[in-house]
Amino acid sequence: MKHFKAYYTAGVIILASLLAFAVSSLILCLLGANVFDTFYVIFCYPFSSLKNLSGVINIMTPLILVGVGICVAYRSGIINIGGEGQMLMGLLTGIVVALHIDLPAPFGLIAVLMMGMVGGALWGALPGILRTRFGVSELLSTVMFNYIAAQLYAYALRVPLLDPSVSSGSGDPQTVKLASSLWLPRINDMVEGLPKGVRFHSGIFVALILSVLIFLFMWKTPVGFKMRAAGSSDRAARYGGINVNRHLVLAMLISGACCGLAGMVEILGVHHRGIGNCTGGYGFSGIVVALFGGLHPLGVIPAAFFFAVISYGCSALQINKIPVPSNMIDVLQGLVILIIVAAKLIISNPYLMDRVKRRIESFRKEAA
Amino acid sequence: MLDFIVLFLTVGIPLSSSLLLAALGETVNQRSGVFNLGCEGVMSMGAFVGMLIPFLVGGQSQVAWYVNVLGLAAAAIIGALFGLLFGVVVIKFGAPQGIAGIGLQLFCTGLAGTLYRHFIGGAQGVYGISTISIPLISDLPIVGKMLFSCNPMVYFAFLMVPVTSYILFKTPWGLKIRACGTMPRAADSMGINVSRTRYQALAFGSAMAGLAGAYLSLCYAKIFTDTLIGGRGFIAVALVYFGRWSPLGVMGGALLFSLAQALQLAVQAYGFTSFPYEFLVMLPYLLVIVVLVFVGKSKHVGPAMLGKPFNREMRT
Repeated sequence: MKHFKAYYTAGVIILASLLAFAVSSLILCLLGANVFDTFYVIFCYPFSSLKNLSGVINIMTPLILVGVGICVAYRSGIINIGGEGQMLMGLLTGIVVALHIDLPAPFGLIAVLMMGMVGGALWGALPGILRTRFGVSELLSTVMFNYIAAQLYAYALRVPLLDPSVSSGSGDPQTVKLASSLWLPRINDMVEGLPKGVRFHSGIFVALILSVLIFLFMWKTPVGFKMRAAGSSDRAARYGGINVNRHLVLAMLISGACCGLAGMVEILGVHHRGIGNCTGGYGFSGIVVALFGGLHPLGVIPAAFFFAVISYGCSALQINKIPVPSNMIDVLQGLVILIIVAAKLIISNPYLMDRVKRRIESFRKEAA
Repeated sequence: MLDFIVLFLTVGIPLSSSLLLAALGETVNQRSGVFNLGCEGVMSMGAFVGMLIPFLVGGQSQVAWYVNVLGLAAAAIIGALFGLLFGVVVIKFGAPQGIAGIGLQLFCTGLAGTLYRHFIGGAQGVYGISTISIPLISDLPIVGKMLFSCNPMVYFAFLMVPVTSYILFKTPWGLKIRACGTMPRAADSMGINVSRTRYQALAFGSAMAGLAGAYLSLCYAKIFTDTLIGGRGFIAVALVYFGRWSPLGVMGGALLFSLAQALQLAVQAYGFTSFPYEFLVMLPYLLVIVVLVFVGKSKHVGPAMLGKPFNREMRT
């Protein structure tokens, strides 16, 4: 049998997607929802108008940025679950700078985005240093740093950065609105004559450029090669004279910078001010996107689009009168992670593939 | 000052029981070589299922004791089931355990939130399980209220410390579990079914995590929210490192961390509002990192094959 590996891979992927559909349908049945209607809304509603599609692109933007960041870390052998915290620290740094600087139009925006990256990078480097210096598992430390960042951010919103107009009332704490020269412009403000409803912000271009840059960096430069080498086999890398620890910390710096940028883009593009709960769980969704995109910066782009569609569809379930809470998106994401990691192992296991191949051949012989 | 310390301990000791239950379960998991980062999610499922049954039977009013026990049992069973699901992914297919654990956590947390909104909805609580005062000794000054007037689940959690210790170190099953975590190949050649032992350990550990979640929803908060678990599952995983994979050490860690949390509650109760409470909320998480720094340095190693999948057919 020629090309058995390709058929095998395709078969496993199809079976895995069927399994994901089956399990989620089961859960939807449990909720008493019409399975077909629910999936119809999740997959078709986002495409029903240009306004909805713009919403999808706005969700896709931070997903690409975080997903690319996770890819860099994962490829270098360190799993970054701290995207959420790095986003928060990045956007916090950016907001503090944005409230204190006064630069002409494009430079202010660039400076704030850069500060977002710096904040995220430093917060991301901490677990990297803890891992290389003290042997602390990054799986645990990044999660802890998420909670710490959330508290720091909550404090910053409540006390030093609080919008004076809120403090008298009982509204949710938030910062003052940032100067409009710092906002990422909407696409319909930049280009004349676009159809009505095309209103996503220009952060998507930042995200696309970054993912290409990261691809070039990881695959076309010596430093990127060393990082990937450290990730795929740290012993071999060390034998080859690569300073594995230094490259791990570098990977976390870059990963944190991507996440911080994601946070900043979300603020400058969507909220225009610091509010509570502004990361929207992108730090975790980014992991799903990265895995789904094959841990490749360019693969992340379609994966982010796919998950942005699902995410937008899930949040629109209630307004389409389907009795499914929007938490369904977490269920789908978790399910996808579990199925992907299992399916990946099935695909890469040569023994299993061989066994399936022999089984199929013996079936054929019997049939013949 | 004495009042403050008493309040602080009275709040802190019951708080530790959910951490303790989850961490003991995770100890058994990790001793068998499986690193379950999805503990947080399993706790969340346990919390939901644990309160669902009393809610369906009696709503917010008081229900018979066996209904609550049924809720706890259901939480344990659901926990075990999700543990087995995780087992299929990481034991059968040998998927990387860290990332699969995050998948399990997202899946379970999302599922619990979704089902809660559908079956219970709104901010509806349950009557839950009340504290039991042991007659006579609970009237003792200070200690009486602190130690002998607690929720039955608190006693259960502390009872599980010697029980887990006995299981791990004195029974053949415990020996098997430890063998599978330390040297699965040797265990395999002695005729131990490594996969089956790991499944069993995972089911046991996740059942404990489910109970830990049910403690939070049935006995502690008496309501379910999306943030009810609040990272306790992750802290529990870290506590296992802190306790160096021994039930007694885990108990010490659980007490330390819940006292750090109680400090925050006690400070708020005493009205020191000028001090930003966020920094006190942060304290346990910071403590985890500091502790991990010191544990990471020590040479006292845990299960040698922790987090490594075992496959009989693979060459090493």
